[in-house]
Formats: sequence, C-alpha cells, structure tokens
Amino acid sequence: MERKTKINAEDGKQELVITREFDLPLELLFKAYVEPEIVEQWMGTKVLKLENKKHGSYQFETSDAQGNVVFRANGVIHEFVTNRKITRTFEMENTPFPVQLEFFEFEKLTDDTSKLSMHIVFRSVEHRDQLLQMPFAQGINMAHNRLQNIVSKLK
Amino acid sequence: MNLRRDVFQAIADPTRRAILLLVAAQWMTAGAIASNFDTARPTVSKHLQILTECELLEQKQNGREIYYHINAKKMKEVADFIEPFRKMWDDRFNKLETIMKKYNPDSFREEK
Repeated sequence: MERKTKINAEDGKQELVITREFDLPLELLFKAYVEPEIVEQWMGTKVLKLENKKHGSYQFETSDAQGNVVFRANGVIHEFVTNRKITRTFEMENTPFPVQLEFFEFEKLTDDTSKLSMHIVFRSVEHRDQLLQMPFAQGINMAHNRLQNIVSKLK
Repeated sequence: MNLRRDVFQAIADPTRRAILLLVAAQWMTAGAIASNFDTARPTVSKHLQILTECELLEQKQNGREIYYHINAKKMKEVADFIEPFRKMWDDRFNKLETIMKKYNPDSFREEK
C-alpha cells in the first residue's frame, strides 16, 4: 500500500512536517478544514467553536462512550487565507504539553488533486519527541475507530 | 533528504520484514539469511543492501564472512516513534478524503 501521508521529523529539530496528497480538488480539501460538521467527522472530535478568521479561535472536545471528556484542545487562528493557508496555535488542555504553532498550506496539484503541508513547531526538541511518543496518538485513534464504527453502521 | 521516509519504504516490503525478524536475535551471514527464502540470492543481497543503507541492519566482519544483525535502536525509533503518529494522520486524512469525495455541495447548502 502506498504511504500517502509522509512525516519528516529530522533528529534534533523542534519541528516536524506532515504532508499528504489528496484525490480531492483544493476547494474540497480546504472545506474539510473549515466546516465544523465536516471537521468533526474526520477528526473524530466535537467542534465546540471554530472561527475561521484572523484572531479567531477554536476548541475541540472528544468524549468517550460514557460521555466523559477525554481530550480537549484549543487555539487561536493567526492567519486565514481561503484555499491557501491557515496559521494557528494548538494546545491540548490539561496536559504538560506547551502550545505549538501550526502552519497549514493548501496547494492545488491538478483540478482533482491537492496537497496539504502541515508544519508544526514545538517549544523544544524534547517536547516534540515526547508528543510523538505519548499515548495521545492512541487516544485519538480510539476516537477515530469509534467514529468508524458509527459511520459503518450508517451505511 | 528524507531518511525516515526511506526507512518506512524499507520495512514496507514483506521480504525485508522477514529478514529483520530473522536477524532480530542472531548474527547471520547473507548465505544463511538467503537459505530461508525461495528468492534468488542476488535479490536477498539487494534487500540486505537497502536495509543496511537505512541503518536497520548492522554489519560485522568475521574472517571472510560478513554477519548481519538488526539495529534495534533504529527499529525502535521506527516502530515506536514516528509510525503510530504517521498512521494516525494517515487514518484521519483517509477519512477526510472519503468524506469529501461523497460531499454534495447542494445538499450541504440546504442544510445551512
């Protein structure tokens, strides 16, 4: 299987870049980032707030099957250019992880394909490496799997 | 340069994964490794070369023979470090792609 999502995390750097090419027109890719109900579906989290504008803010919340909140994140949008870029901060609440800075760049490849580049800058190399290792990924995957179950039931 | 991407390509191949498994607990010569596969010897040599270039294998010269062993440190890095994170984003983006392919702007506008 082709690995469509690529991660470049060089040793000793406090940043990483996630890139992905989509079989989607640029406009649809961008829409998936700005329409709260669509974000909720693919991120597997509830969108409490999403103000797509300069100095706007956002907040995500994920609950388990019993309704307990297991994850909450928020941030501020610094730059918002439709179909081109979003620059924002991202912070996970109630974790020891400091806020991180995220640069999203959306690019048209052809009429039907597009590319996303997500450049994340961390407070330190250690924070980056810890984040990559922490079970956070697993927690989110669990949420994602649950979503997948829900969606497959809808079919 | 994107070394990590090469590492992931290296372990994406089933034969190379089998080789890594073989040398996980022992030092083996290319011949001993090749004897475990139906694949032609030069093909196995090529796999060993790729794995060595990606630092997934360590080499040790003993007399005329070269012995191979897994580089556990690098494997741990691959297995524990980036891959779950990459997988998480890959899953999310696959989801995004599936949802948006079905996306119908007209029905969406009606909902608004």
